[in-house]
Amino acid sequence: MSNVRLIARLDIKAPYLIKGVNLEGVRKVGDPREFARRYYDEGIDEIIYMDAVASLYQRNTLEDLLAYTADRVFVPITAGGGVRTLADVEGLLRKGADKIAVNTAAIRRPEFIAEVARRFGSQCMVLSIEAKRRPTGGWEAYTDNGREHSGVDAVQWARRGAELGAGEILVTSVDQEGTRRGFDLELSRQIADAVSIPVMLSGGMGSGEHAIRAVRDGRANAVVMADVLHYRRLALDDVRREMGAVEIPVRRVAKRAVVQPDDQRAVGG
Amino acid sequence: MTHQVSLLDYGIGNLRSVHAALAHVGAGVEIVRQEAEIARAERLVVPGVGAFGDCVDTLETLGLFGALERFLMTDRPFLGICVGMQMMVDYSEEFGRHKGLGAIRGVVRRIPDAPVGGPAYKVPHVGWTPLRRPEGADWRGTILHDCSEDESVYFVHSYAVVPERAASSLAEADYHSNRIAAVIHDRNHYGCQFHPEKSGSSGLSILSRFVSL
Repeated sequence: MSNVRLIARLDIKAPYLIKGVNLEGVRKVGDPREFARRYYDEGIDEIIYMDAVASLYQRNTLEDLLAYTADRVFVPITAGGGVRTLADVEGLLRKGADKIAVNTAAIRRPEFIAEVARRFGSQCMVLSIEAKRRPTGGWEAYTDNGREHSGVDAVQWARRGAELGAGEILVTSVDQEGTRRGFDLELSRQIADAVSIPVMLSGGMGSGEHAIRAVRDGRANAVVMADVLHYRRLALDDVRREMGAVEIPVRRVAKRAVVQPDDQRAVGG
Repeated sequence: MTHQVSLLDYGIGNLRSVHAALAHVGAGVEIVRQEAEIARAERLVVPGVGAFGDCVDTLETLGLFGALERFLMTDRPFLGICVGMQMMVDYSEEFGRHKGLGAIRGVVRRIPDAPVGGPAYKVPHVGWTPLRRPEGADWRGTILHDCSEDESVYFVHSYAVVPERAASSLAEADYHSNRIAAVIHDRNHYGCQFHPEKSGSSGLSILSRFVSL
């Protein structure tokens, strides 16, 4: 059996952790370094850093944050937002990211997915899809942090991205994002059924029940949380317990003294 | 006393996380790139990502393959991570047949896709999966000394080692109907399919034990 991953998503407008609604109307939340360390200490399975303004201004400001956490946070870290060249990918990997989330650049030039996968491995190529419901049915993939139309169908795009070599898909419902009203389960399920690679579902987490439904109805392999963790509306342990209670497998976090550089014998002894 | 670890940089993947995790558990880490540095390493860590064939070809091109074979003939501690672990066995079937270091009998095969009609699962296997102790395996005195069964570690792979001898398998992980070799070993030589540097305190405890071997 494989555990469902619980992931913290930190949207960054350097040097701040920010949070918005529908990826807009952002508020400063605090210092992302402190939040990342807290989530690691609480047993988060992975962390995603998303540079919220990078695509707009064509820059990337995650490098300092990655460098800080690479030495202190020993779970997988995904970095995204404004990644457009292989050099961008390499720079972020060098600073300590394990996976790179790509949205806008991949929609503009889908071959970019294949190039990243070939050069750095599929395991680090995360296709980020920001999807909005169409009034006529289905979903459209948006670019530039949920701001711009692409005309691309989100489910077909997921399938294509997987064929091109993406290793995972991060699906964010722009409609649900920041609302705490639950995930877009239909979107998740259609994408999860369309691809054989894992799906991380983002946008709308407000309760443990939402996480359960993300897995059961949305068939997500990972549940991404932001607002509920940043504002301590939910404790990670409680989410884990609720999921475990309905027999959704989640990681049992080992309780042991955290190894510090100067007292390694505390564990080694 | 600071325990010295040589970390092999052969241009594949990112050493930063492994380096940071080893330093975090108190090791003195030296990045090595030369045959002579491998020859005199006290303790060697070989990471690896991507395709098996690319990793092995790169080692060959750099003239390091033989140095690793020779290192593995000694009793000095060796840790292969992910594709670094897979390279320890005889050969891989990923994109054709590629020869490995042959330090532990076994082959590398793709995780089978979910059987039609059976429960669905995804390949690659990505995520935190519990370690299990195979019948007869003893974790005492090994890198898993501080681990308990059901402790989860972080995997990301589509291919897995199939050891020829059951005794080579120190820990396994159940991924749906597939039993994955999670840790293989022979004497002081260990291979981890998962990423100890990304497996929280469980992974750090494994690295801490390795640097104390």
